[in-house]
Amino acid sequence: MATRLAGNEPPRRKTLAAREARLAYWMLLPTFIIVFAIVLFPVLANFWISFKPVGLADLRAPEPTVRERVREEPEAPGDPVTVRYQLLNRSQDIEVRNVVFTDALPEGLTLTTDEPRCDVSGTELRCDLGNWEGGYREDLELSFTTTNAFFSAAGDDVEGFLEASFEDAEPEVTAQAANILTNLTFTLDNYRRFLGSPEFWPTLRTTLLYTVFGTLGSILLGLFAAQLLNEKFRGQGFLRGLFLFPYVAPVIAVAFAWAFLLDPQSGSVNALGVEFGLLQNSISFLSERTIQLSLFGLPFTLPLALTVVILFEAWRYFPFAFLFILARFQAIPQDMYEAADVDGASPLQKFWWVTLPQLVGILSTLFLLRFIWTFNKFDDIFLLSGGAAGTKTLTIAVYDEAFARADLGAGAAASVVLFVILGVFMVLYFRFAPEGE
Amino acid sequence: MAQLARPLVAERSSPALGGIVGAAVMGALSSGLTCGVWSFLAVVIGDVSAALPLGWALFSGAGLGLGLAFFRRGKTSPWTITLFLGLAVGVLWLLLTGLRPLSLGQVRPFWGVTACLLSFLFAAQLTRYGLRDLDLSQPRRDLFETLLLRALRAAGFVFFLSVVIFPFYFMVVSSLKARAALLQNPTYLGIDLTRSLGDLLVGYREVLVTFDFLRYIGNSTFVALATVVITLVLAILGAYAVTRLRFPGRTFMSRAILLIYMFPAIILVIPLYAIFTQLGLRDTLPGLLIVYPATTIPVALYMLRSYFQTLPADLEEAGMIDGCSRLSVIWRITLPLSLPALASVGLYIFMIAWNEFLFAFMFSDNPDIYTLSRGMVALNSQEVPRQFLMAGAVIVTVPIMLIFFFFEKYLVGGLTAGGVKG
Repeated sequence: MATRLAGNEPPRRKTLAAREARLAYWMLLPTFIIVFAIVLFPVLANFWISFKPVGLADLRAPEPTVRERVREEPEAPGDPVTVRYQLLNRSQDIEVRNVVFTDALPEGLTLTTDEPRCDVSGTELRCDLGNWEGGYREDLELSFTTTNAFFSAAGDDVEGFLEASFEDAEPEVTAQAANILTNLTFTLDNYRRFLGSPEFWPTLRTTLLYTVFGTLGSILLGLFAAQLLNEKFRGQGFLRGLFLFPYVAPVIAVAFAWAFLLDPQSGSVNALGVEFGLLQNSISFLSERTIQLSLFGLPFTLPLALTVVILFEAWRYFPFAFLFILARFQAIPQDMYEAADVDGASPLQKFWWVTLPQLVGILSTLFLLRFIWTFNKFDDIFLLSGGAAGTKTLTIAVYDEAFARADLGAGAAASVVLFVILGVFMVLYFRFAPEGE
Repeated sequence: MAQLARPLVAERSSPALGGIVGAAVMGALSSGLTCGVWSFLAVVIGDVSAALPLGWALFSGAGLGLGLAFFRRGKTSPWTITLFLGLAVGVLWLLLTGLRPLSLGQVRPFWGVTACLLSFLFAAQLTRYGLRDLDLSQPRRDLFETLLLRALRAAGFVFFLSVVIFPFYFMVVSSLKARAALLQNPTYLGIDLTRSLGDLLVGYREVLVTFDFLRYIGNSTFVALATVVITLVLAILGAYAVTRLRFPGRTFMSRAILLIYMFPAIILVIPLYAIFTQLGLRDTLPGLLIVYPATTIPVALYMLRSYFQTLPADLEEAGMIDGCSRLSVIWRITLPLSLPALASVGLYIFMIAWNEFLFAFMFSDNPDIYTLSRGMVALNSQEVPRQFLMAGAVIVTVPIMLIFFFFEKYLVGGLTAGGVKG
């Protein structure tokens, strides 16, 4: 498509640059469409939804229903037939507009009820019922008189014939409902509820603790691991591959493995801790909010479950930092170390004065990247602790509001809060990130 | 230069006080490490009830260190001495404990005797290695620093190896064990090889057949492969446009790509859930196949862009002069040159799609279209023995690990090139 457009264009009419730009737009178009539809648009949609009173159940489209029942049966031509149409708007709070139903009538019926909304043409009954507010209910009775044509069509079993032509044949209903997502009802309740809930500040605090310590933990572990493998030895390549395992393994598998390892009854960590005298008795690592510890005689309270999910984060993502730091290590020119040797620098001095300054760039980039991604992390905590016992971060709050409490509006409000904070981080990132890293 | 200035070291020289202390500490740390590993393995794999007398282990190690410090040739200790000292300490331990080290209840030929000798042999060797190339008779100022760093290094290897391997080992072992066995003896993580193969693998059979994981494997493979294909096609076009063509908004595009791949998936979930439900796309495979590429294209585009920038533009210009159109230049020149990069990106995208959890979890209710991640969640919510769950976890993990081992070079290339989302 793109080539044809570019190639068949008469070359003299457009400049080369314009053709090139046009080709570029064509090539970027599919990417743009899909990214817009699935990423950018939903981000904007969150802002919209966050101002709307939408629950999870409201997503089903409101449907007007019409049921019909024959009330009176004719015996001879001229007798009336009465049909009751039960009209109902099933949704309690959403209006449906322009409800129209059409129903096929049997031959030989003439409408006698004076009903301005309904009209028969040929054998088709058409009722234009206007707008129904939420919970609207009406019984519409229509009477017809029968003619000979009716009885000849009905044959002997009049009752069966009527049943077949009314009760068994559904009338067709058309209507427009204001889409719950596109109507113009707005509310600030979602924000009021989310920001005003007593859980909000603890959630924010948990998020920050998780993000800061998860990021630092993974980077420090990565730095340590990279330092270990920054020497040529046999099996180095193998170890590098092995160290990447936690990062490439599916989160669902490793999270379950951790959860079972830490289980208070049959988990091996507890059993081993007791066996080697590190623990007095089993601890349920993922469902206890805090634990009292004393370090050198100083008692302090450790948020236990949160610490465990932070350790998981550090464990799972240290390979990421490790890989980048190792690559950077190997790019440090060796003569810098030789020069330091000549100056009589000790190993720690070399690390502090030669290695670290070379790593500042990659470490700060890693910090910003990991900070943002840890802040965004949902799966890991969700699968490990489900956000219980003081591990509820903002991302978990988004899920909880929208799906556990079935309140999409509040969930969207939480998303917006998340997004705004993230926006601040991103501005910082693009402000400070070195070009090209 | 500095080395030449120092006096030549005598064949045998008695160590200075600093050297002695350093060697003793090194020996103690080494022996603490090997004895710790020994007792841990004895409990976990050997299924013996063991208690490590840590103080004695450190003390014996210090002795080893002292021995090695006094018998040095040049700047290292001879390996014969090392071997002898290690064995001697090991034998001494066995004799003093009546062949029952680690407070074992009875004499254990392997976990008691052999393992004891091995740990002290290793400890001696580790101490020797820790003291290599050091002049203990005239220690430099940074002797302790060097020793500390070497000890940290050894501890680091043990730490990282166990921390990385242990959860995966646990996963495999518990997939082969009935729940009762694990509950009864949670510290024992060995595999009972006397059981028949069918008995060992019962969890796998159940999960694959009864819980339909065979189908989920198929679904996961299909979704991941389709995502790779869609992503690659779109990202190649996009990346080429961004690197080779000049158009207004080009720098903006390059930056916007990076921006997008920092958006959290969770904030996309609510609107997409609402819209997909109303459009009837939720709970369908096409729904997933729209979402996955959208989340992977920015990464792929970014990675391919970095690669395309390294290709010389001259070749393509030559192709254009020969009358090729842009698309056939991409097809005939650019793509063949970028095969390694395409492999990296493709494998990386496969990995993301295979491991993806959130959208699979939110957007599929019908077991017919479950991917493995979704299937695992479903398995977890039923009253299913842990053995089956861990068998499922192994099934999800193994394909990724196989791919990783066979194509490690490409995957690592992809990881470093893209900066990778995770």
